[in-house]
Amino acid sequence: MTIAPRLPDPKKLIKGATGDWEVVIGLEVHAQVTSQSKLFSGASAAYGGAPNSHVSLVDAAMPGMLPVINEECIAQAVRTGLGLRAAINPYSVFDRKNYFYPDLPQGYQISQYKQPIVGEGIVTVDLADGSAIEVGIERLHLEQDAGKSIHDQHPTMSFVDLNRSGVALMEIVSKPDLRSSEEAKAYLAKLRTILRYLGTCDGNMEEGSLRADINVSVRRPGDPLGTRCEIKNVNSMRFAGQAIEYEARRQIAILEDGGVIDQETRLYDPGKGETRSMRSKEEAHDYRYFPDPDLLPLVLDPAWIEGLKAHLPELPDEKKARFIRDYGVTPYDAMVLTLERASADYFEQVAKGRDGKAAANFMINELFGRLNKDGKAIEDSPVSADQLGAIVDLIRDGTISGKIAKDLFEIVYTEGGDPRDLVESRGLKQVTDTGAIEAAVDAVIAANPDKVAQALAKPTLAGWFVGQVMKATGGKANPQAVNDLVKAKLGIE
Amino acid sequence: MSVDTATVTRVARLARIKVSADEAERMTHELNSILGFVEQLNEVDVAGVEPMTSAVNTTMRWRQDAVTDGGDAGRVTLNAPLSDDNFFMVPKVVE
Repeated sequence: MTIAPRLPDPKKLIKGATGDWEVVIGLEVHAQVTSQSKLFSGASAAYGGAPNSHVSLVDAAMPGMLPVINEECIAQAVRTGLGLRAAINPYSVFDRKNYFYPDLPQGYQISQYKQPIVGEGIVTVDLADGSAIEVGIERLHLEQDAGKSIHDQHPTMSFVDLNRSGVALMEIVSKPDLRSSEEAKAYLAKLRTILRYLGTCDGNMEEGSLRADINVSVRRPGDPLGTRCEIKNVNSMRFAGQAIEYEARRQIAILEDGGVIDQETRLYDPGKGETRSMRSKEEAHDYRYFPDPDLLPLVLDPAWIEGLKAHLPELPDEKKARFIRDYGVTPYDAMVLTLERASADYFEQVAKGRDGKAAANFMINELFGRLNKDGKAIEDSPVSADQLGAIVDLIRDGTISGKIAKDLFEIVYTEGGDPRDLVESRGLKQVTDTGAIEAAVDAVIAANPDKVAQALAKPTLAGWFVGQVMKATGGKANPQAVNDLVKAKLGIE
Repeated sequence: MSVDTATVTRVARLARIKVSADEAERMTHELNSILGFVEQLNEVDVAGVEPMTSAVNTTMRWRQDAVTDGGDAGRVTLNAPLSDDNFFMVPKVVE
């Protein structure tokens, strides 16, 4: 499970006033476990709900209440560990992390400290420039979420809702293997994709199902690690990137002025675009962990783990490799198509029995673009995989041109219908009848003697005639046929 | 191992227990005599002995993932000194 150390990449260094700096980032991601009920109680784990309606007396920490562990939460943590190519610990222990806050009725969070359920693993992260990096996973442990305080309902009081209290979280801790905000964002995105494939976390950042504590430090390339600051509770990819950029520059400015970095907890303020110190959290860092006497050690049967492993879905990296191999798509397209399991399934339905590259191109350029514009997910696509496949077929057999295909797609997207019927009823068929195209070419040439003269002097101007003919035929002429005819009629090569 | 009065005061503060200077002084002595007793246990050679996690040889019970509880906010907040609209109300805490 060891990853070869990376040499400082000059492209990723930050230029300071006194030279280059390398930023070092590690992430602690809190991912809400997908389950019906909570980690240690039978209350609903669903998001939302009326105040304190998803709360059992266990979650409210009433005296005498005892936690009983949810087997699905254990299974979800193990599946996630397997998806992160990590070691599963057959023996782990729940500890109490003690701190005092109104949204934590127990006065402690049940967590795992020295013996987590999942150990070291590796995530392969694809970067925008087509390269990939390996990021080490330090550990994954199970713990309880806290309740929620609302401060704007009353001038002097805070309101506490315990619906989140006791919901199962997986804390996934990376090694400090990330070297830029881009890498950190890409890692977060990849982790989200893996969790969603596994079905162990819905990855919904708006609802707080996925949030990150980000450890940032800077150093001169080649130096040992610098003092880090932890930015708490970042709940969007964009904010994660902004927070890292700000924090790295803040630390560089302090160091270049001859100062030292205080190890502290900070908060990112998206409105101001800066991080600030959370001094009040400092004292609370003395958590006085000890094993929870209400819970026995968590012992996993190796056969049970094997059973979970046998039923894991195909993971993004495997799917991506298969798409490149079986459908001949580019690595980049394969990455885009496999970001979401639903997109990958859609693609396979379109690509089956067709040219994979053509299917991928049309999906990425037309469908994804259009869905993005409407803020729609692939699951809500008005165009089904069969309809999209039919459009790809119509281009392939020369019935319509690529340009008309875009128009046809828009019709199917907004109005629905069978693309084959629409081509007939709307007269979208490509004109392949050379006679008709020839007539159109002749007409354009006859009407533009000056352009003819120019084109004879400068053959690249033939393109202008092609454009005019396409326009005259409503885009339905076969562009290659028009091109050939224009050149033949003008007598240029 | 022993504790000083500053440690006692800090631990009390972390647990939000109000302890006066006199009480902290007295507790320091009390805690140190308890710690002294615990210290004697260190004289036992436990090399090769697994830490005991339970008095009886048993494994942890797992429950099925089903919603079997909740849905009674009134009961949850029944003992709250202050509540409104089924929220607990506490003195304002804000960063």
